[in-house]
Amino acid sequence: MSELRKRGAGGDHEAESITDKDVDGEDRFGEQDLRSDADVPEVVPPTDSTPEIFKKALSGLSSRWKNWWIRGILTLAMISIFSLIIYMGSFMLMLLVLSIQVKCFHEIITIGYRVYHSYDLPWFRTLSWYFLLCVNYFFYGETVADYFATFVQRREQLQFLIRYHRFISFTLYLAGFCLFVLSLVKKQYRLQFYMFAWTHVTLLITVTQSHLVIQNLFEGMIWFLVPISSVICNDIAAYIFGFFFGRTPLIKLSPKKTWEGFIGGFFITVVFGFIVAYLLAQYQYFVCPVEYNSEANRFVTECEPSELFQLQKYSIPPLLQVVLGRETVNLYPFQLHSIALSTFASLIGPFGGFFASGFKRAFKIKDFADTIPGHGGIMDRFDCQYLMATFVHVYITSFIRGPNPSKLLKQLLVLQPEQQLNVYKMLKSHLIEKGILQPSLKG
Amino acid sequence: MSELRQRLGRDADGQLDSEEKESELENKLDGETVSDSECKSEVAQVAPVDDTPEVLNRALSNLSSRWKNWWVRGILTLAMIVFFFIIIYLGPMVLMMIVMCVQIKCFHEIITIGYNVYHSYELPWFRTLSWYFLLCVNYFFYGETVTDYFFTLVQREEPLRILSKYHRFISFALYLTGFCMFVLSLVKKHYRLQFYMFGWTHVTLLIVVTQSHLIIHNLFEGMIWFIVPISCVICNDIMAYMFGFFFGRTPLIKLSPKKTWEGFIGGFFATVVFGLLLSYVMSGYRCFVCPVEFNNDTNSFTVDCEPSELFQLQKYNIPTVLQSVIGWKTVRMYPFQIHSIALSTFASLIGPFGGFFASGFKRAFKIKDFANTIPGHGGIMDRFDCQYLMATFVNVYIASFIRGPNPSKLIQQFLTLRPDQQLHIFNTLKAHLVDKGMLPGSEDA
Repeated sequence: MSELRKRGAGGDHEAESITDKDVDGEDRFGEQDLRSDADVPEVVPPTDSTPEIFKKALSGLSSRWKNWWIRGILTLAMISIFSLIIYMGSFMLMLLVLSIQVKCFHEIITIGYRVYHSYDLPWFRTLSWYFLLCVNYFFYGETVADYFATFVQRREQLQFLIRYHRFISFTLYLAGFCLFVLSLVKKQYRLQFYMFAWTHVTLLITVTQSHLVIQNLFEGMIWFLVPISSVICNDIAAYIFGFFFGRTPLIKLSPKKTWEGFIGGFFITVVFGFIVAYLLAQYQYFVCPVEYNSEANRFVTECEPSELFQLQKYSIPPLLQVVLGRETVNLYPFQLHSIALSTFASLIGPFGGFFASGFKRAFKIKDFADTIPGHGGIMDRFDCQYLMATFVHVYITSFIRGPNPSKLLKQLLVLQPEQQLNVYKMLKSHLIEKGILQPSLKG
Repeated sequence: MSELRQRLGRDADGQLDSEEKESELENKLDGETVSDSECKSEVAQVAPVDDTPEVLNRALSNLSSRWKNWWVRGILTLAMIVFFFIIIYLGPMVLMMIVMCVQIKCFHEIITIGYNVYHSYELPWFRTLSWYFLLCVNYFFYGETVTDYFFTLVQREEPLRILSKYHRFISFALYLTGFCMFVLSLVKKHYRLQFYMFGWTHVTLLIVVTQSHLIIHNLFEGMIWFIVPISCVICNDIMAYMFGFFFGRTPLIKLSPKKTWEGFIGGFFATVVFGLLLSYVMSGYRCFVCPVEFNNDTNSFTVDCEPSELFQLQKYNIPTVLQSVIGWKTVRMYPFQIHSIALSTFASLIGPFGGFFASGFKRAFKIKDFANTIPGHGGIMDRFDCQYLMATFVNVYIASFIRGPNPSKLIQQFLTLRPDQQLHIFNTLKAHLVDKGMLPGSEDA
């Protein structure tokens, strides 16, 4: 990739000499880059970065099959690593999500640097990483306060940090903002503003969504696994259907996608989601909300499974009765939710992929990075996942989960005494009305 | 401004070499163009277009140009301040509408700059999509606010209840529709431009909408939390200008060559004093101090309550150092005045960074003002650039140091819990109140 850029930059000099006298000195960075990207010829195939081992093992095969094999092997490798980490538990999963987030941020920011040739901007690399740190601190602080309440209660310094958390986060962010303003240099204003905006949009995309992924994880590992596997399955199934049956192109942005692949992938993913949900719903390990056990000082997933994860009898509508030959079926209610999740993964998830394709075409790059041989960068693998994570989170908060009782209690205890009394009276009348509470014998 | 652009556009086109025309065309479609930068490089030398209203022009026709400018600014400043007072008098509802209008105008100004920078008026769908996203994000934020503060009203009306229960889902679905429309609207030669405008729109939304939402939150806390910060920022602007005018010598920052250290420091002290005085005057009135509440029976906003501790005069001992200077041993102040010192300090020390950011932005994109809405002052964004950081600071300050959680929101969450959870919370709360002596301990439940 880097030699491609150098080549493009070399072609710049002719263009530059024509426009030098016209272009104002202040905007050389901005204008220079944008001319060069238009002048860059059709992208040549990326340098081959597959490890030596693979090359030797597959040296006998033709180029097309070699590529297919590499992709296949790496896919299997990624799935195995994923399963291993699931086995190791929630904490490792959290760390994995965090590392992926940092790597995605790094990849997108690096693209920004390349597009704007802005490696030499004063302070900017430091400031980007600083903003990443601030926003992560803000989000993870909120999470820690909610889920680790007992852990936090015991330690004085943590209590102080939690109580003034928003103020501290805002102060940290402001410090970064003021440093940015002070670092504005005369000839590079526009470039610096572009990089500032680029950083913020990247933060918006990567950090908020990784935070939502972690929240889904805490709700129960099944809410993390089923969506992610549905998206992966949709990718693979759509590719296979497209490979064998593909004829009608789907969208100009991604010429390789076809309608046959899209629809075939949809049906396969719904069935797959249904089956995976059935398998995973039986184990407490996947189904229970992740909680932090103070005594054992680790995460535990043990609970009484909620209604969602208890087999129930459903009557099959008469139409399907004929087909299946049965009158009722035992399902977990969660499987019905999984249909909604898989449908989203197959119908709307690909739009995340199209967005990323459009982005790559706009900035004339083939892949986000070269991290995974045969697949490109981490962002290439995760582009469809982002919309999915937000959807699952919104779905859970709207249809599944109520508010967190301990958090509610904590907030009640912080109110003013008169307010507490008012709330108490209202709650009491509500509970009596509902028959949960017996009216007091005293007047 | 628009005639300026047209004039320069025609000039620049004539200068293009025929060889470059092809690549130029592709560049133009893709975004930045040489003609664009040429336009911009020539803007600096052109005199600004004079669009002050005819009335003022005639009235000041005999003064010299410099004084005329000063008078125009002065008159408009007074007009804006008077307008501000009238709005305050009209009440919270009108204030909310004004905040909303200011927000929409700011969004429009920044987006228009983006269109001008990228010559992207002809992008398919894009204007519709920008306004659609503005609508979505506003719907999301105002829905949350309405749900929190108008809880009883919402519970009464069936359609509102459903909208508020599934509010997040509906907002997300609306946003997704816009996102998918954007992806479907990507056109082959305009990819980069479309992504730039998408990014530009989102950053603008982030700045403009979230902060106007925070201002409304502050307003609901009590009008004083809205008025004192805004007045401190305005006062700092004016005072720093005056101190700079009379005493200014050392430049402050390269970005804004007219600002001076003397103005900065003088403005700081003047603003702190102003904040103290203003909070003293305002804390005496209930209509400023009480949280805004919605009264179900009268179906209107009321500001009537028992003022909290913050707004009750208390005796403070003056530290011995100042006793000799002032000659008093104790002084009666509202605790809120102490908080106002923090607010004024922020307004004078950090608020100007918002102004520097906007100055840098204007220099980066080579524009003199955001728009020409207010004669002599520029656009709405020019007046409000320092306010934005202030609004966020006040909101964070209130959430961290002043306000507890919102009781009606807690009740609303309580009602969605399971019965056994509700009972558990109820019993814990009861035990807590009995402990505190607020409930007789012998009550049987």
